[in-house]
Amino acid sequence: MYPRSFEYVAPSSLDEALAALNDHPGAKVMTGGMSLIPLMKLRLFSPPLVVDIGRVPGLDSIADGNGHIAIGALVRHAATASSDAVASGAAALAQAARLTGDVQVRNRGTTCGALAHADVAADQPAAALALGATMVARSAGGEREIAADDFFVDALTSALEPNEILVEVRVPKAGAGTGSAYDKLGRRGGRSDYAVAGAAAMVTMDGGSVSAARVALTGVGTKPTLATATADALVGTDGSADAIKAAAQHAAEGVTVLEDLYGSVEYKTHLAQVYAARALEAAIAAAG
Amino acid sequence: MQVSMTVNGSEVSGDVEPRTLLVHFIRENLRLTGTHVGCETSYCGACTIHVDGTPVKSCTMLAVQANGANITTVEGLADGDNLHPVQEGFWERHGLQCGFCTPGMIMSASALLAENDNPSEDEIRHGIEGNLCRCTGYHNIVRSIEYAAAKMRGEEPAPPDWTQDFEGATA
Ligand SMILES: Cc1cc2nc3c(=O)[nH]c(=O)nc-3n(C[C@H](O)[C@H](O)[C@H](O)COP(=O)(O)OP(=O)(O)OC[C@H]3O[C@@H](n4cnc5c(N)ncnc54)[C@H](O)[C@@H]3O)c2cc1C
Ligand code: FES
Ligand code: FES
Repeated sequence: MYPRSFEYVAPSSLDEALAALNDHPGAKVMTGGMSLIPLMKLRLFSPPLVVDIGRVPGLDSIADGNGHIAIGALVRHAATASSDAVASGAAALAQAARLTGDVQVRNRGTTCGALAHADVAADQPAAALALGATMVARSAGGEREIAADDFFVDALTSALEPNEILVEVRVPKAGAGTGSAYDKLGRRGGRSDYAVAGAAAMVTMDGGSVSAARVALTGVGTKPTLATATADALVGTDGSADAIKAAAQHAAEGVTVLEDLYGSVEYKTHLAQVYAARALEAAIAAAG
Repeated sequence: MQVSMTVNGSEVSGDVEPRTLLVHFIRENLRLTGTHVGCETSYCGACTIHVDGTPVKSCTMLAVQANGANITTVEGLADGDNLHPVQEGFWERHGLQCGFCTPGMIMSASALLAENDNPSEDEIRHGIEGNLCRCTGYHNIVRSIEYAAAKMRGEEPAPPDWTQDFEGATA
């Protein structure tokens, strides 16, 4: 099984890569290739040109900055999963990266690639959404920032233009009293493979009560979605097990839940509630 | 396109189409057929090789992406006639039946043990999560990797207790 013929370039600078994308409508960026190559082998995607940015220098670092952690376009899932900076500042993203695919997939696939790919059942998009991350997109025309809330548009569709490269994702660092977590039910049982459903949560505790919360679901609809009713119901409570349980009942409220091969609407709604509760519980425990 | 890389310590090169998958370059151009093609859909791990020291699925990489890389396939693990401890473990602990998954299992296991030569059973099972076996039920694969880990730590592997392992299955 191999893809249709295509042209291939592996530019050694970002400007060259951006120029290639600009000059060739229909061209596709490749980073890890862990989603693009399977889709090309199945011939669901047949781009005339693949722009492999894997050799562009300067995109493979995790920068622990002031207020946020910046993860470059070529940082692989394995690096995000094992980074101390990500684990302490943005735990939900580290956990989501750890639960992405298998060892070999995590050694090639990239965090930014998973965000740009915007699969309906991917892990790191939900974490990025709950954490309120910012995507930094570059084109030949310049750079712009896209909030996670506006980034995930539809199934396999992000807000990136075809000539843009996601050069990094910036994740706000958790301050004192803030914790985050991610958990899912995987398609092969346990936590392996894409999510049947999963949830990421970020919670800030202040003087024994929840002062802020964000919860994002994956796997239940066409894109990662904020469970705002749950977050709203939790704020102002003491964050106890009872409060979490009550708030999590609202997880699917206002969310378009869709049936797929892995579950009915009823089952996915139930899982949304269960995983919202689990993610909230772990996030509150981490908030300390 | 012209590609060159180091495979099992030798410099190799070839002329490939951009769509040539690394596994096909290895099997068809280099005639190293130890690396298997199982599912072709990135799931089974039979095609696992080491690229610059890390295990990856060679059916999900283009040969052109590996230009300049340092690659080890299952043929490159043994030191002459001396099997790699993981290879020896699969022999000693019956880690295979049909053997189709074995090259990939061995490449994942050897990468795992290179990082941690004293993994728990849980760590071993997670370390081979990207490799599917249709025959063994994984049990003897885990035992094989435990054997190799002991060898790599310089210890004598505990003798196998087949009765204990299969207790309950025969009742
Ligand atoms: C066996 C297997 C299991 C998997 N399991 C999971 C799982 O459990 N959870 C999960 O979330 N994912 C899973 N994945 C997908 C994996 O996470 C991919 O790595 C990820 O979706 C894409 O990242 P990549 O770097 O490989 O991107 P590529 O495959 O290189 O690209 C994917 C798409 O995103 C675009 N793109 C990539 N990077 C950029 C960029 N920087 N800027 C603009 N566009 C870009 C490409 O043009 C392409 O359309 C699995 C994949 C496999 C093969
Ligand atoms: S053949 Fe590569 S993963 Fe199955
Ligand atoms: S021994 Fe047959 S697939 Fe593993």
